[in-house]
Amino acid sequence: MSALWALVEREISLAWGRGGGPLLAVGFLAAVTTLAPLALGPAPGPLAAVAAGVTWVALALASLLALERLFERDFEDGALDLLALGPLPLEIVAAVKCLAQWLVNGAPLALAAPIAAIALGAPVRAALLIIAVSALGGIAFAFLGGTGAALALASRRGGLLVAVIVLPLLIPPVIFGGAAIGGFEQGLPWLSGLALLGAYALAAAALAPFAMAGACRNALS
Amino acid sequence: MITALDVCGLSVQRGERVLFRDLSFRARAGEAVALVGANGAGKTSLLRAVAGFITPAAGRVSFEGARDADEARRAHCHLLGHLDGLKTSRSAREEVVFQARWVGADAARALAAARRLGVERQLDLDVRRLSAGQRRRIALVRLIAAERSLWLLDEPLAPLDLAARALVGKLMSEHLGRGGLILAAVHDPLPIAARTVQVGA
Repeated sequence: MSALWALVEREISLAWGRGGGPLLAVGFLAAVTTLAPLALGPAPGPLAAVAAGVTWVALALASLLALERLFERDFEDGALDLLALGPLPLEIVAAVKCLAQWLVNGAPLALAAPIAAIALGAPVRAALLIIAVSALGGIAFAFLGGTGAALALASRRGGLLVAVIVLPLLIPPVIFGGAAIGGFEQGLPWLSGLALLGAYALAAAALAPFAMAGACRNALS
Repeated sequence: MITALDVCGLSVQRGERVLFRDLSFRARAGEAVALVGANGAGKTSLLRAVAGFITPAAGRVSFEGARDADEARRAHCHLLGHLDGLKTSRSAREEVVFQARWVGADAARALAAARRLGVERQLDLDVRRLSAGQRRRIALVRLIAAERSLWLLDEPLAPLDLAARALVGKLMSEHLGRGGLILAAVHDPLPIAARTVQVGA
């Protein structure tokens, strides 16, 4: 138990320090929110129509920013050896790394997302749903991004590989989340989108640790 | 607690290249084994095969005194590779406390071990500001903080000064005296009595 808490503390502290921590992800979201009206034109009508969608895509990309090097530093400095020989299986280690990442980057992003969406013209009443969608989506993004990061270990140009591996996996949660928010705004059924997103996030959280642990073991051998 | 390490007919292959073939030795509690061989002969690969990271092409590694190999590796092994496994962005104190807790000791034991290794004054510095020798001492802290019977060491003395080598020699003898085992890949002779096993060639 003590080992688990030690790992949780370490991962949160590393996620906080890694590449600017939550400021980088939230800053990226803020940058997209600022630039979108400049590119799409200031008329409130068309902007409001795409506000939630733009925010959602920006959030998906922002949550991947810090994930690329999730395992790489530990691999390069030898800490992955220590993590692999510890009292907890690598699957748990990988899950803790992703959850810490979500806590430090995903949760602040989920709180910032409705502000960004409302600033672009999304209805205020959608705020709670946007938080829920962003939080659930963030879990899926963290675990999928972590899988890409683990698979890219020990390969040159890993960053490119992460994008190629992770992008197709990101499509379903982006569709489900977009459907939930869009449906809610237009007064259509939206609960199914949220439920599917939740199911996808849970499946990612349940399966990705095995993929990550396997990829790490492969990189260590 | 591991009472003996048995390496039996071990062959390790990296890609197409066979590093060594049919290597056998046995180390009992209280014994140190120095692995010697040219650069690239496979000393590190042998250590990683014992630690379970590399699947050998033939032969096997077994541990006596543990339920199974996995339990032996997770609960009774310390592996210190030629990388120190420290995060440069964190303070030495954060790193020794994390490493010690991860392998089953607590913060107090980590700090006592740091004092033993003579690095208590460096604990509040970021790891990036430490010299290679100081980093190695910091990395050795977990071996002293948490009692584990088998030490797998890869060039443990390389960056250390003479005083630190003598100190590590003393810590190694104490470990052997408690019934521990040491398997170390070295170029310089170990500062303790050790059996030599030639790897490769």
